[in-house]
Amino acid sequence: MSIEVQHVRKVFGTHEALKDVSLRIESGELMALLGPSGSGKTTLLRIIAGLDLPDSGTIRLHDEDATRSTARDRQVGFVFQHYALFRHMTVFENIAFGLRVRPKSTRPTERDIVARVYELLQLIQLDWLGDRYPSQLSGGQRQRVALARALAVEPRVLLLDEPFGALDAKVRRELRQWLRRLHDDLHIASVFVTHDQEEALEVADRVAILSDGNIEQVGTPEEVCRRPSNAFVEEFLRDVNPRSLNLRVR
Amino acid sequence: MNRSQVKDPVLVRWILTGLALAALVLIVVLPLAAVFVQAFEKGWQAYRDAIVQPETVSAIELSLLAVGISVPLNLLFGLAAAWAITKFQFTGKNVLTTLIDIPFGVSPVISGLVYVLVFGAQGWFGVWLAAHDIQIIFAVPGIILATTFVTFPFVARELIALMESQGTEEEEAALVLGANAWQMFFRVTLPNIKWGLLYGAVLCTARALGEFGAVSVVSGHIRGQTNTLPLHVEILYNEYKYAGAFAVASLLSVLAVIALALKKFLEWKTSEERG
Repeated sequence: MSIEVQHVRKVFGTHEALKDVSLRIESGELMALLGPSGSGKTTLLRIIAGLDLPDSGTIRLHDEDATRSTARDRQVGFVFQHYALFRHMTVFENIAFGLRVRPKSTRPTERDIVARVYELLQLIQLDWLGDRYPSQLSGGQRQRVALARALAVEPRVLLLDEPFGALDAKVRRELRQWLRRLHDDLHIASVFVTHDQEEALEVADRVAILSDGNIEQVGTPEEVCRRPSNAFVEEFLRDVNPRSLNLRVR
Repeated sequence: MNRSQVKDPVLVRWILTGLALAALVLIVVLPLAAVFVQAFEKGWQAYRDAIVQPETVSAIELSLLAVGISVPLNLLFGLAAAWAITKFQFTGKNVLTTLIDIPFGVSPVISGLVYVLVFGAQGWFGVWLAAHDIQIIFAVPGIILATTFVTFPFVARELIALMESQGTEEEEAALVLGANAWQMFFRVTLPNIKWGLLYGAVLCTARALGEFGAVSVVSGHIRGQTNTLPLHVEILYNEYKYAGAFAVASLLSVLAVIALALKKFLEWKTSEERG
């Protein structure tokens, strides 16, 4: 499933968060939105998810206009920066939530829900934690539960807001590789937001570099590093360890 | 920094603790004890007689009615206000937040007078109400209105603080996962705030039971009809029926102590909710 952002503008009060942004993400592609804080990358992600509405412009999901459809109808998986797990529910119930709130006609049977949740718990390698509460988990475990919860509804696109931001360096590296493999197995369009240059260059197929509400450059990690299109991109990627490109997890 | 600056000498600590304890005994414990001593001065039989007097029973009934209506109303208003303030961005938000606090800032007597000005015989709607044979002031509806007004901020303030610290991410997660507004509220928001909601309800109940000023203005003190428990205490006291007055007062005190215990328990529970 592809994502297409066309001429999207978004203003908060007097601040222009996005100025005429256009971007296309192909099915099966893992795209990083990279930029300093305040560049508009999270706003763009939330607009794709339907959590914020653009002031003008359109969002097309799988070549259908989704601009006016709600977050509920878009069938996107969204992983929040601070995970936003339901604190009063067990890990099992968190993951089952998306299936349980379906209207009766499309809701799976209880047996199918249990089977699906255990399948996901195995996928995130936490099948012994089903009856724990989010407060009893480590940061990395919460992150994976949040991902499993998003995947339970079989989303058409997967959106992740600073997915590794709150984790320590070692866990972050492991999860990056795991996310990359997971994405390759799922064959859906995925977008993740990050302010970490090396993370974007190591994990993503293509990188969109944002600054001050504009997309400065879109390209593969090699392209943006070797042929920066303007002074900002060059400056922004200057301090990146050149090994990042070789470390790519594929 | 040397040691003596960080740690007060033992003597100072003892004096400070002693002062605090003395103040506590003098201001809180003694009066509370006095209520019960006075109430039982003429023995258990006299106490029981004072409580089962028809006028006392009707005061208990009216107080419970006022609580039974004003507390659920304020749970509803408080929830709606807290929801609007913490989950949405809109102009006039600060004005609304300030308005919620008005009952805390205004003297309860003024709160009562306001309702007399609006609904009383000489008030704005007085003629219309009289023409339709509706009595609000010096009747039960006025007492409920005044109680509701005075206790309005408790639930709203507690929930605003709680919901602000929890943020909106869980609600957004529920929406993205396909929940509709009802499912989001009943499966995510309400379970997250249930202890805070109860905490607000307990504070609200305690205040509603004890409210004197506002209710006194709108009640008219008609015995057996518009007398709440605190008003009844005053009447008995003014008539030199000390044993009766303190017997009724002891009822209110017991309720207050129960509310206090519940409040402590719920504070502990809401701190878990925030975490």
